[in-house]
Amino acid sequence: MDIGIHNVTKRFGAFAALDNVDLEVRSGELVALLGPSGSGKTTLLRIIAGLEWPEQGRILFGGEDASERSVRERNVGFVFQHYALFRHLSVFENVAFGLRVRPRASRLRESELRERVERLLDLIQLRSIADRYPSQLSGGQRQRVALARALAIEPRVLLLDEPFGALDAKVRKELRRWLRNLHDNIHVTSVFVTHDQEEALEVADRVVVMDEGRIEQIGAPQDVYEEPATAFVHAFIGESIIIPVTVEKGAVLHAGKPTSLGAPDVQTGPARLFIRPYDVGIGMPVNAALQGTVQRLHGIGAARRVEILLADSDQTIEVDVPRAHEVTAGQRVGIVPLRYRVFADG
Amino acid sequence: MALANTILQRRNARAGPHEDGDEVRREPAAVRFLIVALAVAFLVVFLVLPLITVFQQAFMHGLWPYLAALVEPDAVAAIRLTLVVAAISVSLNLLFGLVAAWAIAKFDFPGKSVLITLIDLPFSVSPVIAGLVFVLLFGAQGYFGAFLQAHDIQILFALPGLVLATVFVTFPFVARELIPLMQEQGTQDEEAAISLGASGLQTFFRVTLPNVKWALLYGVLLCNARAMGEFGAVSVVSGHIRGETNTMPLHIEILYNEYQFTAAFAVASLLALLALVTLIAKVLLERRAAAE
Repeated sequence: MDIGIHNVTKRFGAFAALDNVDLEVRSGELVALLGPSGSGKTTLLRIIAGLEWPEQGRILFGGEDASERSVRERNVGFVFQHYALFRHLSVFENVAFGLRVRPRASRLRESELRERVERLLDLIQLRSIADRYPSQLSGGQRQRVALARALAIEPRVLLLDEPFGALDAKVRKELRRWLRNLHDNIHVTSVFVTHDQEEALEVADRVVVMDEGRIEQIGAPQDVYEEPATAFVHAFIGESIIIPVTVEKGAVLHAGKPTSLGAPDVQTGPARLFIRPYDVGIGMPVNAALQGTVQRLHGIGAARRVEILLADSDQTIEVDVPRAHEVTAGQRVGIVPLRYRVFADG
Repeated sequence: MALANTILQRRNARAGPHEDGDEVRREPAAVRFLIVALAVAFLVVFLVLPLITVFQQAFMHGLWPYLAALVEPDAVAAIRLTLVVAAISVSLNLLFGLVAAWAIAKFDFPGKSVLITLIDLPFSVSPVIAGLVFVLLFGAQGYFGAFLQAHDIQILFALPGLVLATVFVTFPFVARELIPLMQEQGTQDEEAAISLGASGLQTFFRVTLPNVKWALLYGVLLCNARAMGEFGAVSVVSGHIRGETNTMPLHIEILYNEYQFTAAFAVASLLALLALVTLIAKVLLERRAAAE
């Protein structure tokens, strides 16, 4: 079931949680909504579910307008950040809940219901603890029960709100790999919200990067990292060195001096230069794009972290330099960005 | 003293060098003994002694006068009336409290804070005033007095008046227990239930109600204790007709004023027993709730 989101706007008082958002989720796809808190990603997920209503815009399920349908009628599986398991019901009854509340006419026979629930408990590998109560489960187990409960109603769409947010780092890694495998097996169209870029890039087919109620970029995990469309995406995903510059007729100036870097597509005016810390060559000061003085070296591993104070400014940048490369503190160096991007301010 | 000293020594033995900040709280044993003794003395004088006195007075002339006071027709009528009034008021307040708490905790609407304040009103208003309000409304000279007389409806000096006064006074108990718990639990469970296809009623009975059942029982328990013991408001609207509109507290007062101490305390002992049962039930409830 593909999902269409058209011109969706949602305000909370004067604050625009979502500002004219358009998004197509293809059938069977696993999409991540990634952004900092307050970026509107959870609001968008809740609007898709029908738990929240947009001021403007439409939600289409399989080309059919779902905007007027309540959450009850949309047949979505929603997994809450804090699981929202029913504490007075056992694991089995939690998973069975959606089947038990069906209208009498479509209710399953007890034997069919047991069969379906047990199959789901096998899927989440928790059949052995079907009689336990939520308070007796670990965080990871609770999350899997919440997932099985959402899947029990055979949803057309699976929506997950920060599914791993409340788990510790190790469990989180295991569980997201497990979710990816699960999705590869059952192919239900899924959207999950996260503020963790690593999680989004590892699990999702496509990543939707959001900020301040707007979509900044939609793309494959590699694309949003390697081809960031906006300054926000570059800064938000992965590490970035960010240097304020000015652009004049396609040439980049730092502290008023020419840098030999070009930005032909950027209009004249204040801008920012974005470089990944490992995309920097260190060489002789002469003819380098930028100059600076090495302040400190630290770090273990293949590359050393070098702190460089830029000439003609009080900004210190951190670059990764291969261990074999000779650098010493106090040395004046030239900085040559191997790959960079320039985004106009504003 | 010896015990206090041992505890002090043990604490000293356990305290590491970096726990010096604890030193401030370490009172001399004598001071601590004094504080504990004061607290215990206070408890005995204000809570235990009165309770013992009630039973002592009730059984002063032996078991037979005690039982006679309880089976006397006016006493039986008072006990029955108290049970009826409490049963109706508690049921009504169970319903009102649940609905009010549900509305306040699960929804946002204008005037919500006003509603919360209004729920607390019966706690801050003297019960006598509560009773007088109903006299002003339903009395012969009251707003609805002429209408009620014309249609031959008796509210004051009858069961409806007693129930109204009791409902008013005991209104906050159930709602007050539920509101903080429901607010803490939020609406995620309900949202989960609805997204799984449950209707509003199914969500309420299968999710919301089970989530608050212990707090609800606790509120009902307190509400019931207060309903049976209410004096002020009921006294104003009752009319004190013996065998007809006297509840237990009113009956006790009349007996007491007529110097029938044994009979007064015999009936009083029933109310005291109710208090004890309430306390025990409260402890059991808290244990059950904690166990879940």
